[in-house]
Amino acid sequence: MILFFRRIYGMILRHLYLFMCSWPRVLELIYWPFLNMVLWAFMSKFLAQNSNIFLMASGVLIASVIMWDTLFRGQLGVTLSFIEELWSRNLGNIAVSPLKPLELVLSLIVASFLRTLIGVGGAGIAAYFLFDFHLPLFGIGFVLFFVNLLIMGWALGLAICALLVRFGLSAETFAWAALFFIQPLCGVFYPISILPDWLQPLSLIIPATYIFEGMRLAFFDGVFSIDLLLKACLINVIYILAGISLLLFSFSYAKKNGLLLGNGE
Amino acid sequence: MKDNQNLNTFSNTVLSVKNVCKNYGNIEAVSDISFSLEKSQTLGLLGSNGAGKTTTIMMLMGILKPSSGEIKILEQDVYKNRNQISREINFASPFVELPHRLTVLQNLNVFGHLYGVKYLADKIQELCIDLNISDLLKRRVGKLSSGQKTRVSIAKSLINDPKILFLDEPTASLDPDQADWVRTYLEQYQNKTGATFILASHNMPEVERLCHKVVMMGKGKVIDFGTPRNLIARYKSKDLEEVFLKLARKDRV
Repeated sequence: MILFFRRIYGMILRHLYLFMCSWPRVLELIYWPFLNMVLWAFMSKFLAQNSNIFLMASGVLIASVIMWDTLFRGQLGVTLSFIEELWSRNLGNIAVSPLKPLELVLSLIVASFLRTLIGVGGAGIAAYFLFDFHLPLFGIGFVLFFVNLLIMGWALGLAICALLVRFGLSAETFAWAALFFIQPLCGVFYPISILPDWLQPLSLIIPATYIFEGMRLAFFDGVFSIDLLLKACLINVIYILAGISLLLFSFSYAKKNGLLLGNGE
Repeated sequence: MKDNQNLNTFSNTVLSVKNVCKNYGNIEAVSDISFSLEKSQTLGLLGSNGAGKTTTIMMLMGILKPSSGEIKILEQDVYKNRNQISREINFASPFVELPHRLTVLQNLNVFGHLYGVKYLADKIQELCIDLNISDLLKRRVGKLSSGQKTRVSIAKSLINDPKILFLDEPTASLDPDQADWVRTYLEQYQNKTGATFILASHNMPEVERLCHKVVMMGKGKVIDFGTPRNLIARYKSKDLEEVFLKLARKDRV
């Protein structure tokens, strides 16, 4: 058991060292969430001056952006931590080592959590001080919203890692673009009732849909919906199990097809 | 050249390969290979490009599943018992690099934890002295010369005191002086620890110097197997390079 934790710790250490050695990587983590937040905060201010609905629920756009970034950074954190091994042509060393695929998965998740905490946490703190933004006080409820977004991000990130194992760095584009395919469907900035009828069923199988709906409900009506949270949790269980299974399956595929030693560009 | 040893001795066998095949779809990368290796010996895997050396090494390390056959390391099936075996083996290759952005010390720390090394600081210090890398510890791996990178890569591969060490062209791209230093170090390490080496190389003098046994591969098959001295005598050649050329050209025909 001690060795299990040591191996995971070793991989987390690898990512922490990387950040200690490379300040542009840390800056990049904070830069985009901060810039996004500032842009939408000004947009919110403008809309609040011209629209009653935004006056009623000022901060909803900032919350949307911060929560979207939590999802995006959660996914990107997993995927980029894995891509680092391909960029540095280090996957062979890791594959030969005693690190088990499940331990690699856990280390990717922890690395992603740390990356998200730095990036989105920084933007959240800046929003609080610069724009007097605060989330509705629903205790642990809102924390669970964030946890669900992270879990969905990790699930998608692991699925993209599976593609990277299978196709190498030619699948790198998915790391940056995959989540933006989902963005219009999960109602980050608008209720999914806006979507065409035929598209709405697709939204309902995305956990983030329920989180963003729940967030708007909290802002506009002051209600915290356990129902929406539970639905997100249930679908997320399926998502994370699918994400882990896909990556483990892709490692098994790579072991049959000799992809672990020469994987890279 | 290593002295002749009894090829049929199985008492101290640490590696045994029996009827191993590897197919990628219809392509037969490795076909029915068998050989064995005893403790404290060095096995050279030789062959032209595409002969199946890398495929074989990957199967021996348990990161590629054979289509059929059996590979045992330390009397355990490599693929079924990879978790136990992976702690007893390690690997160095100039073609699989350590993270460039991390310093040498950081890399050794990371891999020390992955291999569950006890007294890691002491082990790193010992490797630094042995491999003369103390002054490189705080330097990024990406900033090192080829010779320095090779020494660091070997340090990483010895971090867990492996019983079996896989070396894929360890002296590729090194100048003769650096290459000689690496070979001497590997010889001394083997004498000191009794480790077993599996070496893939295109450098024939290196193979003659380091290897007790040589497996000659061609088109995925073992085309001959023996000590360097036996092979040279069998093919009436002056050195292993001539043997290699004869077998490679015969194989091409």
